[in-house]
Amino acid sequence: MLESILMIKDPSARITYRRNWGDYYLIRITSPEIAQKALPGQFIMARVSDRSVPLLRRPFSIHSREGDSLEIFFQSSGIGTTLLAGKKEGEDLDILGPLGNGFDIKNGIGKKRATAVGGGRGIAPIYFLAQELLAMGSDVTVFYGGKTARDLPLKERFEAKNLRLMCSTEDGSLGFRGFVTGLFESKMDQLNPEIVFACGPDLMMEEIAGITKKNGIPAQLSLESIMGCGFGACWGCVKKIRMSGAEEWTKICQEGPVFPADRIIWE
Amino acid sequence: MTDLSVDLGFIKLKNPVIAASGTFGYGLEFAPFMDLKKLGGFVVKGLYFSPREGNPPPRIAETPSGMINAIGLQGVGVKNFADEILPELKKYDTSVFINVCGEDEEEYARVVDFLNGLEGIAAYELNISCPNVKKEGKCPAQDPEATYSVVKRVKEISRCPVITKLSPNVTDIVEIAQSAEEAGSDAISLVNTFLAMAIDIETQKTKIANVFGGLSGPAIKPLAVRMVFQAASVVNIPVLGMGGIATGGDAVEFMLAGASAVQVGTANFIDPDATIQIIREIETYCKNQNIDRVEEIIGKVQI
Ligand SMILES: Cc1cc2nc3c(=O)[nH]c(=O)nc-3n(C[C@H](O)[C@H](O)[C@H](O)COP(=O)(O)OP(=O)(O)OC[C@H]3O[C@@H](n4cnc5c(N)ncnc54)[C@H](O)[C@@H]3O)c2cc1C
Ligand SMILES: Cc1cc2nc3c(=O)[nH]c(=O)nc-3n(C[C@H](O)[C@H](O)[C@H](O)COP(=O)(O)O)c2cc1C
Ligand code: FES
Repeated sequence: MLESILMIKDPSARITYRRNWGDYYLIRITSPEIAQKALPGQFIMARVSDRSVPLLRRPFSIHSREGDSLEIFFQSSGIGTTLLAGKKEGEDLDILGPLGNGFDIKNGIGKKRATAVGGGRGIAPIYFLAQELLAMGSDVTVFYGGKTARDLPLKERFEAKNLRLMCSTEDGSLGFRGFVTGLFESKMDQLNPEIVFACGPDLMMEEIAGITKKNGIPAQLSLESIMGCGFGACWGCVKKIRMSGAEEWTKICQEGPVFPADRIIWE
Repeated sequence: MTDLSVDLGFIKLKNPVIAASGTFGYGLEFAPFMDLKKLGGFVVKGLYFSPREGNPPPRIAETPSGMINAIGLQGVGVKNFADEILPELKKYDTSVFINVCGEDEEEYARVVDFLNGLEGIAAYELNISCPNVKKEGKCPAQDPEATYSVVKRVKEISRCPVITKLSPNVTDIVEIAQSAEEAGSDAISLVNTFLAMAIDIETQKTKIANVFGGLSGPAIKPLAVRMVFQAASVVNIPVLGMGGIATGGDAVEFMLAGASAVQVGTANFIDPDATIQIIREIETYCKNQNIDRVEEIIGKVQI
């Protein structure tokens, strides 16, 4: 419960690169210690203002790691993400990380034939994961879904990698028309994955859990929750998870955010 | 060198900064960020006798300069705490305070009775504003007689000093503070969170599943300073002040209002080493003001 803490506070992680596609943003920050320790599926807590509004840090998945730098990819949707979107290259960002338990790709899991599914901004950790899986020699398929073509700004980024990319949009403006879960389900037989990873809104995660269960394939799902601290101190971020037998309100930030699908209790 | 130590009578603290209950986990969560030894002390998360499940999420909501929480005191219970956590905490050479909770008077007594005699406990902090305590539908902290009764009961059996933690959700904080003192409390601490509510106007639902929650953070600081001042003006036992402290200046403000020591809560979530920075800033303040001993500023507000 209390071990496995490697997190670091870096009050001056330098922003070295920033770009956007509409309200989606990519920010690269130099933070050697955090970057070196980062594992796919882990996240950082970023302080978006040095005032007391907004008060709390904001969680962001680690989108990629390049030497001493890491990247985050986010959608500006509220007060905190809008402030973060306004940060410029050369500015410092105060971050805590790497936090949580990421995707489990140890013990040969990372070599398996893998499928990773990302919905909207939930694609963020999938890129880092895909990079690591490819490095381990896995055969990787990525499903990337959103409402409309504008919600898939990372398409080219994935296409540049040695993996299979399948896109979906709800309005059919790019790729399959419909939900990414629909596209994923329709390709199950053809791809025959040995392991499934996914990140996105709760409803999508529940769908993926259902589909993978029906097909008897293990899945690891990254969950979201409002976080007060990100490192296990506030007990604010809980979801119902089956832990060593019993169902408990479990801290997403510490025990997760990634859980085996069969341990998540859907409310 | 400024002398930052403060003497509460029943215990001498290295410095006046204590991490507040429920915001510092069981202490160990913060060990990677700081040297726990440097703290005046910390209060562990509220303990009931048995493990508690806590409330369904969402449990927290951010508000301007503050946050509302309804964690529901999820926790491991006294037995797990005594077996697994307390022995670990001994390594850190700092004062550990136990936040004691109860559904009723009996449970407060059972918690204290169980922990009595264990090594490594500096004092109990009675959280008499537990949301679920049923004494005529109120928590003891809202009623002077109930406060007196539970404090007296615990004092009779406790082998450690007892701090009574008061709720700000009362009309007259003075009478509650006096009841705690009369019942033999060794100190009082205040404030706990303010009962609050927030609504998401898009979904038209309450932001907290429990409907109500407790407001904390910088937003409550002026209210808390006022209540600490009022309580410290009437009692002769030490007062531990808290509510929205985020800087050394905030801590000094509470001490000037009459607090002998302070507790830091929500700020720990934003900066896990907030307490350490606050200690440093208090020291800087004292140097700049030519104060040799931080105790000199307690209650020194000029009116
Ligand atoms: C582990 C984790 C990883 C995440 N990774 C990413 C990422 O890589 N890219 C990305 O775009 N978003 C990510 N999110 C969601 C992101 O943290 C929220 O979009 C962001 O906190 C919203 O802040 P805001 O101030 O703009 O929104 P507001 O609505 O103004 O925020 C109000 C409060 O609610 C919280 N909140 C609002 N929406 C969410 C949400 N969906 N999840 C969690 N907390 C929320 C905020 O943190 C804040 O405390 C992640 C969330 C978690 C829990
Ligand atoms: C998430 C959270 C959990 C808390 N849990 C407890 C608790 O278990 N026992 C207690 O006496 N106070 C608890 N408190 C209250 C704090 O100890 C403190 O009194 C209050 O938050 C005001 O201080 P602050 O503004 O510095 O946070 C909790 C506060 C928060 C924010
Ligand atoms: S966010 Fe605070 S415990 Fe998980």
